[in-house]
Amino acid sequence: MIEQIVFYLFSGILLLSATMVVVMRNPIHSALFLVLSFFASAAIWLLLQAEFLAIALVLVYVGAVMVLFLFVVMMLDINLVVIREGFARFLPVGITVAVLMVAAMGLVVGSDYFLSDTYMAIKSVGADYSNTKELGLTLYTEYLYQFEIAGAILLVAIIAAISLSMSKSKVNKSISPEEQVFVKKADRLRIVKMQSETNNKDEESET
Amino acid sequence: MLEIIYQFISHNVLLPITTLLLPVDYQAQALTVLQTVVKILSILVPVLITVAYFTYFERKVIGFIQGRIGPNRVGFFGFSLWGLGQPIADAVKLIVKEIIVPTGSNRVLFIMAPILSLAPSLAAWAVIPFDDTKVLANINAGLLYVLALTSLAVYGVIIAGWASNSKYAFLGAMRSAAQIVAYEIAMGFALVGVLVAAGSLNLGDIVNSQAGSVIHWFWIPLFPLFVIYFISGLAETNRAPFDVAEGESEIVAGFHVEYGGMAFSVFFMAEYANMILIAVLSAIMFCGGWLSPFQGIPGLEDLFTWVPPMFWLLAKTSFFMFLFLWFRATFPRYRYDQIMRLGWKVFIPITIVWLVVVSALVVTNTPPWFN
Repeated sequence: MIEQIVFYLFSGILLLSATMVVVMRNPIHSALFLVLSFFASAAIWLLLQAEFLAIALVLVYVGAVMVLFLFVVMMLDINLVVIREGFARFLPVGITVAVLMVAAMGLVVGSDYFLSDTYMAIKSVGADYSNTKELGLTLYTEYLYQFEIAGAILLVAIIAAISLSMSKSKVNKSISPEEQVFVKKADRLRIVKMQSETNNKDEESET
Repeated sequence: MLEIIYQFISHNVLLPITTLLLPVDYQAQALTVLQTVVKILSILVPVLITVAYFTYFERKVIGFIQGRIGPNRVGFFGFSLWGLGQPIADAVKLIVKEIIVPTGSNRVLFIMAPILSLAPSLAAWAVIPFDDTKVLANINAGLLYVLALTSLAVYGVIIAGWASNSKYAFLGAMRSAAQIVAYEIAMGFALVGVLVAAGSLNLGDIVNSQAGSVIHWFWIPLFPLFVIYFISGLAETNRAPFDVAEGESEIVAGFHVEYGGMAFSVFFMAEYANMILIAVLSAIMFCGGWLSPFQGIPGLEDLFTWVPPMFWLLAKTSFFMFLFLWFRATFPRYRYDQIMRLGWKVFIPITIVWLVVVSALVVTNTPPWFN
């Protein structure tokens, strides 16, 4: 019974916060509601005894991706009037996409693979069962090639991102640490010998 | 002794409450919930007291390092007692001060930010094992849980900076966000090294796999990761020499410049609670947790069997807590681009290289750690 209460509680939070992501006018609030919805879905995954996936969701999406997301959204000066201008114009396209997505989801969930009687009850496993270990074994044996292909694609994406961001900035003001380390006093400081100017009236009046 | 107190409370307080107040069907569940609450309190209350006295300890230690005395006036009942009443006086002062919400700020988020920064650092204590049996939640993915929660503390800082409607606070928040993302990767890789060495994500199993003697602890095979973990911990907690998020000389007080009273002090508590957490995690993952440092030494081992294992964990934690203060008193603040360079270009490559080394050591069953 407690499990059901927890499930409905977190599903409610998830649905509510997911709606708020779309409805909220302030993009920062939307992003924060997205964080909340990630949390709620992580809690639901915990109920499914998928603790690795749940914690990885919090770690990767909440801990890293959303932080960068907030970082960017806070830096942008978003003009909401301009965004809302095209609402009526893009409405038919939006509705079409939404209908298509609902239809696709319905086909998947309603198909033979997701029958409610096979997926309703979660098989209860002992406390020494390690979800992480099981996942690792499957990933590194059965799905090794797929895993490696995914890794290669991510590597390419990293290199592409770096090269894209590097080519834009022609004026790079970064200082190379080698030059900093080997800098001598003589490179920066010039001692000028000059006569003392005691007859200056301004200085006398100041002192 | 702790078990005796816990059993006493459980039998004489919680059991009567549940049996008297609730119908029979729910008594067992309610008792479990209440027992868990008592366990949580038995961790959180000492942690918060430690936070209070850690601030006192910091002022004393830094005072001594700089040739001063530190706080020595506030005591109890007319005795100054080396200033031991100082944290309590500070707490009372902060509680009675007014919380000022700046004009044009986002009120809800402004109040929520300190809470968001304190909550994860307290929640992470759920999986910390104090000895072989004393752990609140003995979960399989404990290490991952800790890493996930320590990465959440940045939300408090970012939201505080944004909600304050102040340029200084915002700059502090931006700095903190970039810094934490950079150092979290190095920290994560250091923890992957621990995971490879221990073969488990459970913190209790990690400690048990270090059993043997001082040289069996992971600080020797994982030495670079140990150093990087602790330094990343300094950066994640925004402590000197990585405290550019506060940066008094440049941006006044950084993300908490608009905060006062209890709202500020919750940020303060979060910082110290995070430091204690990093210290206890360093002790658990690299320095044998609750294991005695005299283990494996013929004469001394028997001499110290009467010491409760928890003592060793707390002693190691205290040492790491002292390191935080020592670093603060010793090192000047890093320049911002140097922080970024250290995180991305130095720490991450070192951790990746050392991961390969650790994996090789594990695969070849290198004694004395991995046989």
